[in-house]
Amino acid sequence: MLQFNRWQVGGVALLLFFGALFAFPNFLSEEQAASMPGFVPQTRVNLGLDLRGGSYLLLKVETDEVIDNRMAGLRRELQREMRPRGDRPRIALQSLPTYNQETTTITLRVRDASQVEDAADRVRDLTREGALSLGLGGRPYTVSVDGARIDVAMTPEAQRYYGDEAVKDSIEVVRRRIDPVGNKEVAIQPQGADRIIVQAPGDNDPERLKALINRTGQLNFHHVDTSISPQDAETGVLPPGRVSFPYAEYEGAGSLVVHEEPEVTGDMVENASAEPNPDGGFQISFQFDGRGARRFADFTRENVGELFAIVLDGEIISAPRIQSPITGGSGRITGQFTPEEVSRTATLIRSGALPATLTTIEQRSVGAELGADSVRAGAIALIVGFVGVIIYMVVSYGRFGVYADLALLANVVLIAGALSLFGSTLTLPGIAGIVLTIGMAVDANVLIFERIREEIAGGKAPIVAVETGYKKAWSAILDANVTTFLAAMIMFQLGAGPVRGFAVTLAIGVVTSVFTAFVLTRLLAGSYLLGSRPKAIAL
Amino acid sequence: MALLKLVPENTSIPFTSMRLVAAVASAALVVASIAAVATLGLNFGVDFRGGVTLEVSDDAPIDLGEVRRAVGALGLGEAKVQEIADSSGEGGGVVVFIEQQEASEEADGEAAQFAALTKVKAALTDLLGDGVDFPREEVVGPTVSGELIQKGVIAVVLAIGMMLAYIWLRFEWQFSIGAIIALVHDVIITLGMFAVTQLDFTLAIIAAILTIVGYSMNDTVVVYDRVRENLRKYKKKELQALVDLSINETLSRTVMTSLTTLIALLSLYLLGGEVLRGFTFAMIWGVLIGTYSSVFVAAPLLLVTGVKRDWSTAAPVAATP
Repeated sequence: MLQFNRWQVGGVALLLFFGALFAFPNFLSEEQAASMPGFVPQTRVNLGLDLRGGSYLLLKVETDEVIDNRMAGLRRELQREMRPRGDRPRIALQSLPTYNQETTTITLRVRDASQVEDAADRVRDLTREGALSLGLGGRPYTVSVDGARIDVAMTPEAQRYYGDEAVKDSIEVVRRRIDPVGNKEVAIQPQGADRIIVQAPGDNDPERLKALINRTGQLNFHHVDTSISPQDAETGVLPPGRVSFPYAEYEGAGSLVVHEEPEVTGDMVENASAEPNPDGGFQISFQFDGRGARRFADFTRENVGELFAIVLDGEIISAPRIQSPITGGSGRITGQFTPEEVSRTATLIRSGALPATLTTIEQRSVGAELGADSVRAGAIALIVGFVGVIIYMVVSYGRFGVYADLALLANVVLIAGALSLFGSTLTLPGIAGIVLTIGMAVDANVLIFERIREEIAGGKAPIVAVETGYKKAWSAILDANVTTFLAAMIMFQLGAGPVRGFAVTLAIGVVTSVFTAFVLTRLLAGSYLLGSRPKAIAL
Repeated sequence: MALLKLVPENTSIPFTSMRLVAAVASAALVVASIAAVATLGLNFGVDFRGGVTLEVSDDAPIDLGEVRRAVGALGLGEAKVQEIADSSGEGGGVVVFIEQQEASEEADGEAAQFAALTKVKAALTDLLGDGVDFPREEVVGPTVSGELIQKGVIAVVLAIGMMLAYIWLRFEWQFSIGAIIALVHDVIITLGMFAVTQLDFTLAIIAAILTIVGYSMNDTVVVYDRVRENLRKYKKKELQALVDLSINETLSRTVMTSLTTLIALLSLYLLGGEVLRGFTFAMIWGVLIGTYSSVFVAAPLLLVTGVKRDWSTAAPVAATP
């Protein structure tokens, strides 16, 4: 057991070499790392937000909204479908179709029993559309007929599909908003069915992030109805087809009454950018796509002299008068903007609308300075703990203690290497995990050395005693480490960021410590014993 | 050079004879812990209870009473203000905890927490002037806090369950029972300690408890492993003497490993900074309790459950054709 052949020694050395190679870049500055020869890996341990400072947001995508919007649209279409078209007769309903949010079901009641089949056919035809493109392998809606009553329900698969789509789209929009240049510093990932995690390092002002994220970003161009005064709007009596919107804060108080149906919507805007205004101040210039340009040209041609309102998330950001038809497909929004507002608004317009509301359900932020303090404190604790254990091992086990200490050193290098290799994130609890691993990693060696002591006390010769010690301690080492590893796995599943960081380093530490404590020390002890054949060993 | 041996060789301390005393002590601690958790309750941190944690630091020392009054005047329910060492050295630092805000007409459960944060920051900026800084903010809404409680409980139960299965697989059910009783014992007493001290009970403490579960198991397994080995070696030896022998043989290792782990943990506790303090405190406590329980609870329990004496024959499954 103490003899290692050339290949085994080579294997151990190679593993340690790679561990050191991957751990190495962490001790360099960015510039030094960049100037290293090609064989030196560039990956290094990512510091968690608690160590480098930054903001963590957990957002919930209100997927129910998406489903409800879709069902509301379907309800309107169903109603339209009952109207006469060509030689198709009108189908009279007992009342307007109703929508039940709980069961995501639209219910129609047909007045004339003889038309129920006809109505059901129209409903089926309408809801079949889009079934193929969804890749659901089935229809997105189920249609059931019960007497005069027709129920149209969205299937759970379709709900999940639309929910997932909303999450994916939201992630794209959020990315365009907070990381417009795509430097990938900000991590945006889905979590679970309807969650998004946003991790922005270095930025400990989460309010600024949220100001960008939480805006729906719905941009609409409305025709202003000047025949109704804002006073009427405030008393709440508006004719059908008219709504009133308040001015955005920087535009002043008051509100305007506009036509409810927008003339052009934000999805027809292709690009928007903030720029200085020739008259001083700032403006947002934007371009429509082909469809938007056509619609805007038609609208402005027919309404010269009228006002139109640019409405962003229910607030009027600008309400200019149409001086002449705008046919070029581009325009400018001027107003009393500050530089921040103008660039934020441009980003909002450019990134498009969120498919659903994002609710922040968890927020954590750490200042960069506090993070740096934590790194320093963690490093000091690590070094002091390490030195303490090293001294204690040498005092207790002499030469063998030195072997265990070398193994411990190799262990820390391997942990650092593994963390870099996997690109794992090191958090403050993660550092605690490493320190704890140092305390516990020597356990395997303690088990072995105590066993060797017993064997020597039992009268065995050194080489035999050491050999037996390693052999007999193995079962306890294995059991002990498997249990810790299992605990780490569960912690990883438990999930939340910092705890995960602890679980990762603990799990890696368990694996590397078994290797260094059981294999590396055996190699060292073996070469000593077989090399100098001592009559007795101090242990 | 004479080597340090904290535990002399060939000890023969009759540990299992103390099992009645240990049982009474353990039972008393467990009962007291359950009573403490039931009456005092755990001081759940923001992770589990929802609400706001805000670290405040200022160039000048901060008057705790003033901060308490300013925050208390906002009508945000129970608010705690704790002094901490300011990371930058001079100046002052406090941590403000605001309990979870109820949903109101203007704000739902999630938004209400953020509204509270904004109010507290505004009030403290008024009080302390522009030099004030908020190096750490944590806001947890009701959705997440509810989930975290559930996840935490599941994790601890799952961990104990997996240990049970693993020991069953590697040993026998009698060992498994003993180990699990010891584990549950450790977890309950750790919870009791948190109830008595009213230290913040956060997600990190759940991680600490899981690590304690792993560590305590580790300790127990080493003793059990030796018991099993001795069962093979001394076929006729009386069980109590055999368990005592096994504990004594592994005693030096038990003490040694506890000490190295404690060295590392103490270093973290004293030098690792404010954020880790609760976590390392739980771990230190856990290592002490875990070490005690493997020697005084888990091992003597084998005398109660009894164990299979003859390990030399093949398992019955293998013997049937």
